[in-house]
Amino acid sequence: MTDNELIWRIAGGSGDGIASTSQNFAKALMRSGLDVFTHRHYPSRIRGGHTYTEIRASSEPVKSRGDGYNFLLALGDSFARNPKEGSVYGNEEIKPLSENLDELHEGGVIIYDSGLLDASEIENFDERVEENNWHVYDLDLRSLAREKGREVMRNTAGVGATCALADIELEWIEELMTDAMPEKILEPNLEILHEAYEMVTEEYDVDAHDVKVPEGSHDEEQVLLSGSDSIAYGSIDEGCRFIAGYPMTPWTEVFTILCQNFPEIGGIAEQVEDEIAAAALAIGASHAGAKAMSGSSGGGFALMSEPLGLAEMTETPVVLIEAMRAGPCTGMPTKPEQGDLEHVLYTSQGDSQRVVFAPGTVEEAYVQTRRAFQIAYEYQIPTIILYDQKLGGELMNVPASVFDEEPNPSLGSTLTEAELAEAPHDESGKYSRFQHNVEDGVSPRSIPGQKGGRFLATGNEHTPEGHIEESPENRVAQMDRREQKLNAIADDLASQDETHQTYNGPEDATYGLMTFGSSQGTVEEAVDMLNDQGYSVKSLGVSDMAPYPKAEVSEFIESVDEVLVVEMNASAQFRGLTQKELGQYGEKLSSLLKYNGNPFEPLDIVEGFTAKIVDDEELSGIETKFVPAAGD
Amino acid sequence: MSAFSAIGEGQEFDQNDYTPELEPQATWCPGCGDFGVLKALKGAAQELGKSPEEMLLTTGIGCSGKLNSYFDSYGFHTIHGRSLPVARAAKLANPGVEVIAAGGDGDGYGIGGNHFMHTARENHDMTYIVFNNEIFGLTKGQTSPTSPKGHKSKTQPHGSAKEPLRPLSLSLTSGASYIARTAAVNPNQAKEIIKEAMEHDGFAHIDFLTQCPTWNKDAKQYVPYIDVNDSDDYEFDKTDRRSAADMMAETEEALHEGKVLTGRFYVDEDRPSYGQEKRAIGEMPEEPLAERYFDDSYEWERSADLFLDKHK
Repeated sequence: MTDNELIWRIAGGSGDGIASTSQNFAKALMRSGLDVFTHRHYPSRIRGGHTYTEIRASSEPVKSRGDGYNFLLALGDSFARNPKEGSVYGNEEIKPLSENLDELHEGGVIIYDSGLLDASEIENFDERVEENNWHVYDLDLRSLAREKGREVMRNTAGVGATCALADIELEWIEELMTDAMPEKILEPNLEILHEAYEMVTEEYDVDAHDVKVPEGSHDEEQVLLSGSDSIAYGSIDEGCRFIAGYPMTPWTEVFTILCQNFPEIGGIAEQVEDEIAAAALAIGASHAGAKAMSGSSGGGFALMSEPLGLAEMTETPVVLIEAMRAGPCTGMPTKPEQGDLEHVLYTSQGDSQRVVFAPGTVEEAYVQTRRAFQIAYEYQIPTIILYDQKLGGELMNVPASVFDEEPNPSLGSTLTEAELAEAPHDESGKYSRFQHNVEDGVSPRSIPGQKGGRFLATGNEHTPEGHIEESPENRVAQMDRREQKLNAIADDLASQDETHQTYNGPEDATYGLMTFGSSQGTVEEAVDMLNDQGYSVKSLGVSDMAPYPKAEVSEFIESVDEVLVVEMNASAQFRGLTQKELGQYGEKLSSLLKYNGNPFEPLDIVEGFTAKIVDDEELSGIETKFVPAAGD
Repeated sequence: MSAFSAIGEGQEFDQNDYTPELEPQATWCPGCGDFGVLKALKGAAQELGKSPEEMLLTTGIGCSGKLNSYFDSYGFHTIHGRSLPVARAAKLANPGVEVIAAGGDGDGYGIGGNHFMHTARENHDMTYIVFNNEIFGLTKGQTSPTSPKGHKSKTQPHGSAKEPLRPLSLSLTSGASYIARTAAVNPNQAKEIIKEAMEHDGFAHIDFLTQCPTWNKDAKQYVPYIDVNDSDDYEFDKTDRRSAADMMAETEEALHEGKVLTGRFYVDEDRPSYGQEKRAIGEMPEEPLAERYFDDSYEWERSADLFLDKHK
């Protein structure tokens, strides 16, 4: 990290408003001209349990949560459980303070709510404070909040105190609170904000430490949003007006955004009995002439396996999104992982085909969701957006102009009644929906209710007319045609002006880092740090999982001596995919893996790189582990 | 102007209009009850003046799924048990289309049972025909959810230890607003019931007894049948849930004692369909969604205009 940044962590309990307070704080810092990036850590629990949000703010662009942090606001956990020793969750009351010390930088600042937290319960607290030169402010935020309003407003008191100590102008916060809060609670909140600010400035030397907010400015207007926002907005801009789903963390975020907004724009949102139904509804709606989507996380997506095959076989366009979380099985529902890559690529029986994009950033999530709809409807194939809890939940600022795009409601390769009148039909007047000899393998479709368009869609192998048939000649012709679509899509993607793959670092670098999906920003920051340290490294973030961008990746691997493949899973799935697709380079690729429930920080990668590539050491621990290249 | 001019065309059709020339003869076994469904469906569609191109027939997997090959309309032969979720979404997206779903008792009451309950509960405006032959036919005669207790098959060599599922009662409890049972041996009643079901504004469930002469030889041929609406021996009010529930329970038990009771068991004309409910609360557009994609003058909303302010 550079010195010129603030990484503020607000810690407390689930249900205490940590998320909304931090969101406002992040937006205030963005409005003040800074680039921001947030990271959420929370348990699978409604009330209580250790949770925190980190906000990294810098005058320079930020692509990850950064390494550690330098400012802690530890609030109480209103719903903490305090059992006797030995229970699995331990004494939760002190966790907002005790659980957050390990990653706090030397010279960092701690504010804790002395109304709810007692630092003497933490072993060696004073020694650690001294050792690390931390600046501790024990403020009775609870009493202050109680006095002027209600106890829950202690978040606001904490923000006021933060502003005083980090030199943040209160007006940024006031403005946001005024926008977000109803009048009844606005008044006491504003009062508490000021009171806390003044209390700190009067009673303490706020310049005793040097953790201050940097100054910055933006060249153009910025918006603060998450990957989930981007995926939802990309869908809307592609004319998607039908969604079916079943709640599951973390996919629920996209589902919720669309459920809340579809009524207003004449869309239809359906929460249904299970994910089999959800995917089948999306297919039914698409078949009947709507742009439709569904989605889930790993376990729910598993239920979509068979409908996915139905969409492939009947060539019904559909977009599915898969928000990965730590597995196997229920795993760790609120923790990020990239362990569903192979699941999404290979699930469903037979030689089934689909398109899979794994966007790396909030901006890419918007662009690639739009592309997913275009491919799905143009080539009549299921297209999957593969992301994770990290990308879905992290907020970052993006230029507003990214979203200043025209809508595209096109149904792709779909005929009108006038076009159907000219199209081939069988002797009984059925439209030849699945013709063999067509450009790119795409045979245009019709929609029920259209005159001259009737046909049978079936999951069985079928003739050009849609009749079920098992002759070898027809089988091979239809299989080859469906395969042809994949090749056409690969060519289409390769011919675009802008590739979905993202490069960072000097082109002539000696070493390479490769990753996919949401780890991209962190890898890029690691590359910058390594180059600053004198190493010659570049990175490739791959988004196109299927069809795989063979030429681009080969070229990258060929251009360096060795590649470290970075991914958040335990079985090196992306490296495996790369070797399978390219059929070589086994001796050149080694892996850096993390699967402990926390995303990579840039330093994890820097350390991994120097240990493995530079010093050729083995390194394994709970944080990260190496999988050596096949030639080792 | 509608992009779907086959909808509500209102012209007269011949039964042959629903017969595909490539597969004019169904390949079900001789004597199969499925022929009765096909005939009744053609008769109902013809008498209601439904164009093959304003109808979407969705099916599951099994002998019943082949209905799509022998009935000429828009068709979607889906996967085992999933005809209902495909069908109901099609109805929501393109509500002018006449949607009919069909499947067997394994398909609808077994693997797709969850969808059956929820589609009935939501009361989608569609017809659901279950070919109930009390056995798995296409996979060669295994015990099905409606097979009677004690039914012996290759997979239940000592006879099924399970009570059969009660399709009519389940349908009522789940929320269907039109529930009938008919039998393949009763073509006129079957046709009339399918017509009523198609015209009913809500989820109309028909438990259609289709004898399987190949794998369920022990089972009754579903004759003689009794129409409970016509017979003086049965008095109940099909518009009253409790009365209907009693009649259904009696009917389900009677079947395994060799008595085939058929007819309309429950009819609720007042309950709004799911589409009407959704429109009433502003969660579904007044104009069919599918039309919008063909309307060049429609001004599509942009996320930049809708949402960006709150992110600034």
